[in-house]
Amino acid sequence: MVIERELETIDVSFNVGPQHPATHGVFRMVLTVDGELVVDLEPVIGYLHRGAEKLSENCDYRQAIGFQDRTEYLSQFNAEQCYCIAVEKLMGLEVPERAEYIRVILTELNRIASHLMFMGAFSADLGIFGTLFMYAFRERERMQELFEEISGDRMMYSYFRVGGLAWDVPEDFLERTRWVLKETRQGIADIDGLLTQNEILLARSRGIGAMSAEQAIDWGFSGPMLRASGVRHDLRRAEPYSIYDRLEFDIPVGDNGDVYDRYIVRLEEMRQSARIVEQCLDQMPKDGPIVAPGLKRVLRPPAGELYMRTENPRGEYGCYLVSKGADKPYRLKIRSPSFCHLSALRDMIVGHYMADAVIILGSVDIVLCEVDR
Amino acid sequence: MIADNPWIDAVVRMLLVVMLVIVAALILIWLERKVAGRIQMRLGPMVTGPYGLLQSVADAIKLMTKEDLRPASADRWVFELAPFVAFVPSMLVLVSLPFTADLFVRNLDLGLFYIVSVSGLSIVGLLMAGWGSANKYALLGAVRAAAQLISYEIPLVLAILGVAMVAGTLNLVEIVAGQGRVPYIAWQPLGFAIFIIATLAELYRNPFDIPVAESEIVGGPFIEYSGIRWSMFFFAEYINVFALSVLGSLVFLGGWNWPLGNEVGWPLQVVLIFAKTSAMLLMFMWLRVSLPRLRIDQLMSFCWQVLLPFAFLGIIINGFVLVYEWPDVLLGLFSGVAALIAGWAVYRGSRRAVPSQPWSVVPARGIN
Repeated sequence: MVIERELETIDVSFNVGPQHPATHGVFRMVLTVDGELVVDLEPVIGYLHRGAEKLSENCDYRQAIGFQDRTEYLSQFNAEQCYCIAVEKLMGLEVPERAEYIRVILTELNRIASHLMFMGAFSADLGIFGTLFMYAFRERERMQELFEEISGDRMMYSYFRVGGLAWDVPEDFLERTRWVLKETRQGIADIDGLLTQNEILLARSRGIGAMSAEQAIDWGFSGPMLRASGVRHDLRRAEPYSIYDRLEFDIPVGDNGDVYDRYIVRLEEMRQSARIVEQCLDQMPKDGPIVAPGLKRVLRPPAGELYMRTENPRGEYGCYLVSKGADKPYRLKIRSPSFCHLSALRDMIVGHYMADAVIILGSVDIVLCEVDR
Repeated sequence: MIADNPWIDAVVRMLLVVMLVIVAALILIWLERKVAGRIQMRLGPMVTGPYGLLQSVADAIKLMTKEDLRPASADRWVFELAPFVAFVPSMLVLVSLPFTADLFVRNLDLGLFYIVSVSGLSIVGLLMAGWGSANKYALLGAVRAAAQLISYEIPLVLAILGVAMVAGTLNLVEIVAGQGRVPYIAWQPLGFAIFIIATLAELYRNPFDIPVAESEIVGGPFIEYSGIRWSMFFFAEYINVFALSVLGSLVFLGGWNWPLGNEVGWPLQVVLIFAKTSAMLLMFMWLRVSLPRLRIDQLMSFCWQVLLPFAFLGIIINGFVLVYEWPDVLLGLFSGVAALIAGWAVYRGSRRAVPSQPWSVVPARGIN
């Protein structure tokens, strides 16, 4: 989009962040604006770099799970699952059925929780005075309590293990999860009712920050961002890992790839995740081991390398793992979806108004810890 | 007359009104937090006093004892005077704002005209704050505020003008006296809708809180203010909210007159005006916590393309009905139909097909 200027004006550069409510973490973007119109943008990242990849090389395979939580702090189970599957594949481990089901239940619940977080933050970006934020957090809180009961922690779960789970779930897990799911469905309906057909949301978000399917693929988009642009690609379907080949669910796809489509896709994904969890609860074996039998205390995968990717709430989360046969990973590289989405920020925002910059950034649903690692 | 001596009378009236409004503003701040809390499944303030009633007082004490910061690069006089320039017009509005048939400072014959003209002055304070802060966010917010307030003044005035045409006076007490049988909202539904929307924009509250947009420009003109100066802006804002709600209940909802009539004593009149003003305020709060924010260009086009034509349409309807002396019912009917058409236009307009985007890579402009 080439911007034509009618009057001679002076560009002003705005420094948005790192301390700004719209940046969702510690992120900075230098906006060059002509009045309200954004003519250039420079994202600045790196404020949250802690060297999680390098640190993982100094921990053994089990300890490195903790860094996955801290990398992807809104969908911890999903990140743990990706890493654990990577190590399991390297070692050729078979995970027990029950553990697989519990993993999928937790990751899908975590996907809902992450999308709820998106709904809350996105509505705050849009300017709703906290109401939707509270609605979303009411639902998220129930899940957090469930996760806390299972893993003992509210945020850094470290519950998945290579070859299974750390310990079994509580006895009332099935009933609790069913109840949480029922309440969550109502909560999703509340959010839907408050926001989806709102005239102001329609006016604000449709046609904003649009990415065509080709552009989205070129930029390496994945997850809801890619599907909003109309590409029906979901790793759970494209290369089913864990037990996703047994489960029934639809892949919601948008038309225009704009902010509204990203919102709609995430909203529908929550419903699909709830569907998946329900199926898992029905199919789950009531008893059985939760850790692969005959697992040594210290894991020493054979030498080799492997790239494992899973469908996280934000997109394709990948672990590239190199083993030299030692008890520590030789190299762990994390492929973070938010980083790819963020690199397209300039293309999405330039040519829009400053208020749009905020909601486009919100629609990306970034986790800065995952970008900087 | 409250007292025989006109000077004492004036002073007593001023004191009464100022006390009333200050107490109302404090209660309003508390109420807003309570209502927002309830809508958001929270309790709101609960710790300071019973049901957190003293929260506003505690906040006032905190703000007054805070350090009054001024950025080193700020334009000193402009920065420090701005809160006063914003605060004084909001108090000036109260001069001719009647609360009951007797309780007012001065019943001006051009009361409506006076209130509308004075309430627009506070924008100078916001512009001074935005310019004097030497902060880009503040400047952007101030410019947004100026554009918004100047634009929305016009539909606001036109909506009120419709009532003035029907009432045949600009004197607020007489306007209320004319609503003994039916409040003017029944004859001017379109005018009332435009008044509410324009008032929201004048007060920069959701969905029109663009000048202070928390998530974009982080408070706009007030970004550099703290302590007592910030609280003056805040207080002026709440007095404006209160004053415009009272104005709305006087002009459209029948003030102290409808439905009990003009002859009931002042205690009942106070109760009536209080109830009507509260209804307006609660509506503002409800809208505030449930609507997203518009964008500045959409705000402007909404004003000039939707509100203004329909405001003129309302005036034309009034003109025809009044000149040809058709029955009042037609006034309400035409106005109501026009309001429905306006609502339908907004409903359809927001659901139009999205204009297709030109897919091309943006050329870099760089800073400067």
